[in-house]
Amino acid sequence: MAQTFTKAMARNIFYGGSLFFILVFLGLTFDTTSAIPKRDNRANLTETVALGKKLWEKNDCIGCHTLLGEGAYFAPELGNAYKRLGGKEGIIAFIKSRPKDGIPGRRSMPQFNFTDEQLDAIAEFLKYSSEINAGGWPPNIQG
Amino acid sequence: MQYKSQAVAKPYFIAAIGLFVGQIVFGLVMGLQYVWGDFLFPEIPFNVARMVHTNLLIVWLLFGFMGAAYYLVPEESERELQSPGLAILMFWIFLIAGALTILGYLLVPYSTLADLTGNALLPTMGREFLEQPTITKIGIVVVALAFLYNIGMTILKGRKTAVSLVMLIGLAGLAVLFLFSFYNPDNLVKDKFYWWWVVHLWVEGVWELILGSILAFVLIKTTGVDREVIEKWLYVIIAMTLITGIIGTGHHYYWIGTPDYWQWWGSVFSALEPIPFFMMTVFAFNMVNRRRRNHPNKAAMLWALGTAVMAFLGAGVWGFLHTLSPVNFYTHGSQITAAHGHMAFYGAYVMIVLTIISYAMPMLRGREAANSNRSQVLEMWSFWLMTVSMVFITLFLTGAGILQVYLQRFSDNPQPFMVVQDKVALFYWARELAGVVFLVGLVVYIASFFVGSRDAEAVTSTAE
Repeated sequence: MAQTFTKAMARNIFYGGSLFFILVFLGLTFDTTSAIPKRDNRANLTETVALGKKLWEKNDCIGCHTLLGEGAYFAPELGNAYKRLGGKEGIIAFIKSRPKDGIPGRRSMPQFNFTDEQLDAIAEFLKYSSEINAGGWPPNIQG
Repeated sequence: MQYKSQAVAKPYFIAAIGLFVGQIVFGLVMGLQYVWGDFLFPEIPFNVARMVHTNLLIVWLLFGFMGAAYYLVPEESERELQSPGLAILMFWIFLIAGALTILGYLLVPYSTLADLTGNALLPTMGREFLEQPTITKIGIVVVALAFLYNIGMTILKGRKTAVSLVMLIGLAGLAVLFLFSFYNPDNLVKDKFYWWWVVHLWVEGVWELILGSILAFVLIKTTGVDREVIEKWLYVIIAMTLITGIIGTGHHYYWIGTPDYWQWWGSVFSALEPIPFFMMTVFAFNMVNRRRRNHPNKAAMLWALGTAVMAFLGAGVWGFLHTLSPVNFYTHGSQITAAHGHMAFYGAYVMIVLTIISYAMPMLRGREAANSNRSQVLEMWSFWLMTVSMVFITLFLTGAGILQVYLQRFSDNPQPFMVVQDKVALFYWARELAGVVFLVGLVVYIASFFVGSRDAEAVTSTAE
């Protein structure tokens, strides 16, 4: 770098540039906060959905699955599981039917022994998730 | 070693390496579970192995960053550490809390761990990378505050250099942004939005400041190039990091329910994120070419150049590969993401921690400047084994990812997830094989601390 470009100038670019873009980011965050009520399906964010999210977290479902594309890539995407598995009944039946000792040689979801109320909450949570406006993602039903 | 209190870095580095071994072992377990689905099932299901793998990575890198700070800050500030005793106390607290957390993952079901640790009072668990029990998170905050006090006071009372200030800003940012891990709203979109304030603003923001300052420190010491030149580069690099990386967070806001304009903001700014990494590569090679002396620690120089190159490839190139929103529409949450994650973390953060360990450890163990030739040769073998195998892990995962994206999302007849997984199994086997080579490299690395440790120190007489 040329001698006319000093360390002090570089430092000022760092502080000034960072500060400027932090402010832009905060501005965009503010705008996003006011825009998401139209997209985040909050009208359907019931007590049951909240319980479902708690169960989702408490069992670390994200350690195998993705939800809206985020998580682990060991098991299928669940943002559209409500549609792919044929609604709540399909989701509940799948979770309930997992064998305790797995499937020989293959990946299998553990048997969590959920109560009926818990199964309903998880299914409600996945229904709510599937109705979030995620910009048309995933590309197709396979997730 | 110029200051006695720099010695507190040593246990931090040793712990980092120990946890690194654990991380790799569990990585191999997961890699095997990808192709041998019921391996260790139901005792260690995949999600548990993954938590252990990723959390160990984060914890050992934090040990490495803290060790790096404790080593370089006294030297930069030209005074002893504010409180070496506090540093040692925090070491044990962090190590015990970390070990208990990992044992918790392994010994009881995750939901039981959540109950035992009172997660219901302030639910923060069960989110990717932030799986730690809430009390562990509080412990991390306490350790971070004590650490920042220790480092901050040392800097404040001593000489203030760009290297130490940038490191302090990076570490303070790390601590502040971690506080968002306590925010976990029921609203999934908001949850995801702020979750990235920890994850993205760490690894594509403040951690790069830590990376840059450690690299600058090692280059000042090993090349003898004027500090003014190196610090000017450092400022330009980290300026570009934050100018591109903060708005670059938008590349995570394409498909999670946030407004569509993020596709523009995220694509444009994150497409610029490789620039600071490229500058870092140019910087490292430039400084080494302009070196005023030949430092006897060739292994440390190799790590320093290696991290600059691999961070550019892993974070820069592999990040760019899937960052534009029309591309990301197909690649989001696929093995492409995993490929990028592996090389980026290895190149940027694993290698920078190994750089500072390589540079500092000889002095911490009583050498003048470098290990013996025999020891360095072994260390350089480990560099190549680990780095080349990581390149292959990344390439195999990329191959798996391209096929996955095509078969599951892009072709006219999209196929179900598990059908596709079976079809790409060959790539997973190849990745696992590369992973075994990585483990061999890690064993060689550890051996390099013991082999030749009684030989005479390497000297610089060998002219380049």
